[in-house]
Amino acid sequence: MTAETIIQSLASGLLMGLLYGLIAVGLALIFGLMDVVNFAHGEFLMIAMYATFFLFVFFAIDPLLAAPLVAAALFVFGAVAYLLIVRFAVRAKANAGMVQIFSTFGLAIVMRGVAQFFFTPDYRSVTHSWLGGKTVSVFGIFLPVPQLVGALVAIAAFGALYLFINRTDFGRALEATREDAGAVALVGIDKNKVFALGWGLGAALVGLAGAVMAIFFYIYPDVGASFALIAYVTVALGGFGSVFGAFAGGIIVGLVEATTAMLLPPSLKAVGIYAVYLLVVFIRPRGLFGSM
Amino acid sequence: MDTNFARSRRRDLIVAFCLAAVAAVVPLFVKDSYVQNIMVLTLMWGALSQSWNILSGYCGQISLGHALYFGIGAYTTTLLFTKFGVLPWFGMLGGGVISAVIAMALGYPCFRLRGHYFVIATIVIAEIGLLLFHNWDWAGAAMGIEIPVRGDSWLKFQFPRSKLPYFYFALALACVAWFVTWWLEDSKWGYWWRAVKDNPDAAESLGVVVFNSKMGAAAVSAFLVAIGGSFYAQFVSYIDPESIMGFHISLLMALPAVLGGIGTLWGPMLGAVILIPLTELTRSYAGGSGRGVDLIVYGGLIIAISLARPQGLVGLFSPRRKEAAR
Repeated sequence: MTAETIIQSLASGLLMGLLYGLIAVGLALIFGLMDVVNFAHGEFLMIAMYATFFLFVFFAIDPLLAAPLVAAALFVFGAVAYLLIVRFAVRAKANAGMVQIFSTFGLAIVMRGVAQFFFTPDYRSVTHSWLGGKTVSVFGIFLPVPQLVGALVAIAAFGALYLFINRTDFGRALEATREDAGAVALVGIDKNKVFALGWGLGAALVGLAGAVMAIFFYIYPDVGASFALIAYVTVALGGFGSVFGAFAGGIIVGLVEATTAMLLPPSLKAVGIYAVYLLVVFIRPRGLFGSM
Repeated sequence: MDTNFARSRRRDLIVAFCLAAVAAVVPLFVKDSYVQNIMVLTLMWGALSQSWNILSGYCGQISLGHALYFGIGAYTTTLLFTKFGVLPWFGMLGGGVISAVIAMALGYPCFRLRGHYFVIATIVIAEIGLLLFHNWDWAGAAMGIEIPVRGDSWLKFQFPRSKLPYFYFALALACVAWFVTWWLEDSKWGYWWRAVKDNPDAAESLGVVVFNSKMGAAAVSAFLVAIGGSFYAQFVSYIDPESIMGFHISLLMALPAVLGGIGTLWGPMLGAVILIPLTELTRSYAGGSGRGVDLIVYGGLIIAISLARPQGLVGLFSPRRKEAAR
């Protein structure tokens, strides 16, 4: 193994890590807002990928152009999921923790079933998109263009999210609600509206990630499952609820995955990610940047 | 304890005995092998969920990684039998002991974690186990292991001709899991677990040894689940990592309890009696042609129950359990 191949795989690990961060940040946002883990997060990613695929197949819209549309559609979907299911789950008087876990799990299973019903379990992929299959050479390192653009989209999204949370009224309402949901009601902010918009925003971010993922990854009803676990690890690694933590967690996961793939057989590459998660929480039970 | 409570516990025991007796007679009249198959699975998942409920329901440590113990039970029995000719009975016991030891070894670091950090740790650990078995060539790797038929007897725990013996073993397992739960409910451990679940800090300050009581719950729970796993391996006579240790196994163990009532004596069995036949039937009627209809029904049921009756269905049958199902 030469130094070049090591740099090569670490570079692609970094790109993938930024994408993992983008996949996970919606989860972190929602958790930070209302202490709920969305166990259907992977399925949100799955429908975003299908939406991108169908926009490409039926309307010849390139995934890159479809991304904002998909994000908007997912925004609506996320808000509706909150209003129809999660809103009631967080009100449960008995077994509150279980109820929110299993109601979103139920949603995940339904979404997978619906995807199988309408789209069949076949593997699909977006062929001949603008970026698909292209690579670019940077200082002698070959980087896949879709992942590179995905990483840039992720950085832009994190930057925008930072400005959004700190500079806009809704962002401030979001922050205030996560600090103290009871108090914001007193100043006339509708908690439910903020939660619904928070879910919308979280889903829109994973929608953005899904549109990018659709360029270079197979699309099938169970595709969310594997990415969901990585997203949970990413978020927990960074510390639940920390948006910056998701960014850092994503980069760590990407680099660890690339390193493991160099040392172990490819089918074991996820073991590295899981082992690092366990190591981190055993030492810091609140994740790297988690407060509470 | 007040006499009322003692009386209701005695009533639970009598009801369980009657139900078991009735269940034992049923397959003598219902000879259809498809229906018998569903009955075996129902009893098995009921027993598994009952065991899961000890750690996750009573003690409140939500594990979504119990597939690990199920898999260890299945693999221990199968490997000992196919590679060394060890009778499944010893493998079953061995798998149970190994699982209990592993559960405690994993519990040692994990029980310091709380909430979602704990849940995700359980998922991740089971996933690591799955990946390791996937890459373990001696244990059949991804291809899995076919268990050869070497007899038709209780000694070898193989019954190629009839499902009845499997049914009686599954019934016995369900009875044992139920009885262990019944017995623990009123023991020192049972009270500790509920205290740990409700408020670990308060429990600690009142002298409950929180850590040890979690370890105890994990060991009992893992032991029983491993027995279930090695039974399942004998029953289907073919195991591979995905079908035995996949995440869906962990979920399937939790769902009957969620449906029936988490942390209740009757919840897991009641949930299994509703959920397993329903799943099997939708799968065979809609699964083939309908592509995913079984998942939609299944997921919809989970959403409906967790939103409409978070305390589980068990309270519908006996109002006095409402308190217990908190």
